[in-house]
Amino acid sequence: MSFDGVSFDVGRVRRDFPILSQKIRGKDLVFLDSGASAQKPRVVIDAMVRCMEERYANVHRGAYFLSEAATEAYEAARAATARFLNAPDPRGIVFAKNSTEAINLVAHSWGRHVLQPGQAVLFSEMEHHANIVPWHLLKEDKGVELRVVRVTDSGEIDLEDLEAKLADGKVGLVAIAHMSNVLGTVAPAERIVRMAHAAGAKVLFDGSQAAVHRRVDLQALDADFYVFTGHKLYGPTGIGVLAAKLEHLERMPPFLGGGDMISVVTLKRSEWAPPPAKFEAGTPPIVEAVGLHAAIDYVTALGMEAIEAHERRLVDHAMRRLTDIEGVRLLGRAQDRGGVFAMATDYAHAHDLATLLDRAGIAVRAGRHCAEPLHTRFGVEGGTVRASFGLYTTEAEVDYLAEALTKAREFFA
Amino acid sequence: MFDDLRDLYQEVILDHGRKPRNFRRLEDADRSARGDNPMCGDRLELFLKLGPDGRIADAAFQGRGCAISTASASLLTETVKGKTAEEAHALSDSFRELAMTGTCPHCQAALEEEMERLQPLSGVHEFPSRVKCATLAWHTLNAALDGAKEASSE
Repeated sequence: MSFDGVSFDVGRVRRDFPILSQKIRGKDLVFLDSGASAQKPRVVIDAMVRCMEERYANVHRGAYFLSEAATEAYEAARAATARFLNAPDPRGIVFAKNSTEAINLVAHSWGRHVLQPGQAVLFSEMEHHANIVPWHLLKEDKGVELRVVRVTDSGEIDLEDLEAKLADGKVGLVAIAHMSNVLGTVAPAERIVRMAHAAGAKVLFDGSQAAVHRRVDLQALDADFYVFTGHKLYGPTGIGVLAAKLEHLERMPPFLGGGDMISVVTLKRSEWAPPPAKFEAGTPPIVEAVGLHAAIDYVTALGMEAIEAHERRLVDHAMRRLTDIEGVRLLGRAQDRGGVFAMATDYAHAHDLATLLDRAGIAVRAGRHCAEPLHTRFGVEGGTVRASFGLYTTEAEVDYLAEALTKAREFFA
Repeated sequence: MFDDLRDLYQEVILDHGRKPRNFRRLEDADRSARGDNPMCGDRLELFLKLGPDGRIADAAFQGRGCAISTASASLLTETVKGKTAEEAHALSDSFRELAMTGTCPHCQAALEEEMERLQPLSGVHEFPSRVKCATLAWHTLNAALDGAKEASSE
């Protein structure tokens, strides 16, 4: 198949993922929970096994072959991550545990030392709790003000509201999901950066969803902080990324203290290593970095543009198939959206529906997807069932979901 | 597509889920407690009215939840009426064993009739992620009997 001139064969791609050939309760697995965590291609699994079988030791300062090889592999993962995001400098790439930890790192280190009381942090109504709670903690600790930019009924960031809330120049940081994990909305990132910078604010994007589906060009975007996580990008759990402008990292004190992040330690005081080591205390996720590198190589070889084109087609198909099912309400109809579909029904509680879909082999998430304020905003009390796509999702799977949603209504009637 | 789910969603459960019995506040309740399942956001409040003999004279609940948690709460209010606190605790223990294992070999013969009524919920034991839906109301019952205000199925 060819989309926009870029070839993408979803059937072939699916064969790269061992887990997808599995039967669940005797039915073909229809995995529609990639937004929570994506499945892993063989190349990622193999790279991690090979690292442990052939090239494993602790990194940095082990003056022997295996440690040097592991260090090289770890730093190569950093360089690959920088290239993946088109970041200006690999020293601006900090490995963390996940996106949540990366945001907490910024809130803790930059937020507590660079932001001043009287300044504000602004986030949106469509944030994941990971981009809300760290700012609540910062507010309690430091007395900064929190502002929340509204989301329109169609699920877009309300840019007029953003403009108004930036107007007094007190906002020090705009922290926004690049793509919503519930509405699928892709935020107009370039525009947000321009507006924020014009108002004197720095910008952090939670790219946990977006980095998986779109090419991110940090040099073009000019974001101050960008975070994403390995396990949603077909890589392993246990590794996330903070990409930041070096000038910010240099001004920030360490997040955690320990080995590997210092240059001089006496019993009385320590001197910090330069970034990114300053923010990577203790033994880092070595095998996970190798896995992330393999995942980045995998999606890069497929082509982020090809992946995006495939998913765009899939989203268009899903918008046709999932929007006219009786009793099903889709949250969010943003113009620019990715493959995340949260649905509330008038016939079943989200958990009952998810149990039903599971029996049909369909894996979806039920609840509020760590975005309780957003569900309140859209008047959904009990939660939604969320289907989220990966690069291996097919139109036939979307059709099967639509059919199951229709039959579920009969079941509960 | 979903035929084998009739074991879990038996007609009794769908019926009680759609039209829960005793779904009201008891303004003159002697005991009440809130139950919360933070995982899924299910929430209920259980009210008990005790008679002069110490037995549960009336039971009611309010809240929101899935079909299984609503049906379980509804059946609870029907089966605990007339029970002493001790009997209600015993019923609660038996029910939780039923929900977790599908059977209750050690259940008291005295509760046989009540357990029979609760039997349709036994199918939940095959769905580990849903057992808590069925037991939420019963945790809340224990909290109410013990004079606690909050119960969580976590």
